[in-house]
Amino acid sequence: MRRAHPRGVSDEQRPSGSPVGRRVILGLLGLGAVGVVTGRAVESGLEKVLGPIEVRDPTGLIALLPAGDSFRFYSVTGAVRHADPATYRLSVSGLVDRPRAYSLADLNALPQVSLTRDFHCVTGWQVLQVPWQGVRLADLIDRAGPQRTATAVRFHSFDGTYTESLTLAQARRDDVIVALQMQGGPITHNHGGPVRMYVAPMYGYKSTKWLSGIELTAEVEPGYWEHRGYPVDGWIGR
Amino acid sequence: MNPPRALVGTARLLRFTWAERMVHRTTAALMLVCIVTAAILYNGNLAIRFGHRHLIELVHVYCGLALPVPMLLGLLSHAYRADLSRLNRFTRSDWRWLRRRTRRDAASAVGKFNAGQKVNAWLSCGAILVLLGTGVIMFFVDLAPLAWRTGATFVHDWFALGVGLLVLGHIYKASRDAEARRGMRRGTVDARWAAAEHPAWAADDPAGSARAEPAHGVDPADEQ
Repeated sequence: MRRAHPRGVSDEQRPSGSPVGRRVILGLLGLGAVGVVTGRAVESGLEKVLGPIEVRDPTGLIALLPAGDSFRFYSVTGAVRHADPATYRLSVSGLVDRPRAYSLADLNALPQVSLTRDFHCVTGWQVLQVPWQGVRLADLIDRAGPQRTATAVRFHSFDGTYTESLTLAQARRDDVIVALQMQGGPITHNHGGPVRMYVAPMYGYKSTKWLSGIELTAEVEPGYWEHRGYPVDGWIGR
Repeated sequence: MNPPRALVGTARLLRFTWAERMVHRTTAALMLVCIVTAAILYNGNLAIRFGHRHLIELVHVYCGLALPVPMLLGLLSHAYRADLSRLNRFTRSDWRWLRRRTRRDAASAVGKFNAGQKVNAWLSCGAILVLLGTGVIMFFVDLAPLAWRTGATFVHDWFALGVGLLVLGHIYKASRDAEARRGMRRGTVDARWAAAEHPAWAADDPAGSARAEPAHGVDPADEQ
């Protein structure tokens, strides 16, 4: 760039003018680097400014801006069928004494817990303070009566492909729930409804969407994204 | 070898060599794939409709990683390097061109690239590099702490929006100038078009280049 060829720039005789291009490119790189380091703080500030405007924005254009604090919807298969809440069943099976299929009404009749936590994707996007409600996974496991050989829990999705796993100890934590509601209403299809996992202390990929089965197994079997490089223990912050 | 800039005996000037056109074409194709896959990854309704997250992500990531490769290969071309040098330099008349509403008053000094084309080139190049860096941080999740991945996502989103607007503007401007498109597709442009749009470049005696005489003191050792 600097060693300009005399003929190559002949229409400008000699390299005249300042190398503004190089400065702009370096400036953008600097801006990007600063953004990476401070982006989390900038994003939450921006969200405070744009959030109230977005609510009143009749055009809906502001919602298209990457202002942060919004969910991104992941689906690893083709179109996922919509589950009918009336016929939906969640099976608890595997190494248990009392396998069972729960309807949505069955699940709603069990003791409910609520928790409000930040949702973190392993790639970096986050949604702060999301309210969840559902049944503690530990309760479902206890009702099924795990056999002595069971050391892990495997989750199945009715998308037909996605799986995830937790150790039995992780699965028994209080902040691991079979979620029936989020953000104050039923879980929509795009969010993985009608029933999905919510594993609060771990990255989003550990929280299986479109949950169809909970299977107790003899050992942890790596799930969908774990076969593709993500850690089996998806603790947030590691 | 560097082909002559003007074809002898015709009123067409060589604007972009084969190498430059290939860089443009492959970059455009990769960029379009990146934009389409980005839309699917980012927009919730599209993401759910198309699904297959992992496949789409891989296509996006590999096209993104490949995006700078044509430009790097272009550095092997003398003509490409010469154009980079032209794009890099900003003169007082460029500033004037940007400020003037009609662009005509300062048009007489416009060389091979006008000020708008220069700005577009810088912003595109810088943004592509930023998108590459932040994309790497997001994809290889072990590289950086979570806070940086959040920051990288934030930067990636905003720069992607900016690049999308740049590409739209670029396509819009091209859609209004068939001769400019022909120059990028076939390499040559009409001499009259060049005289109107890039007078300083057109006036630089293309015939002299065609005769390949060392009008400006070409050192043979410096030829490719």
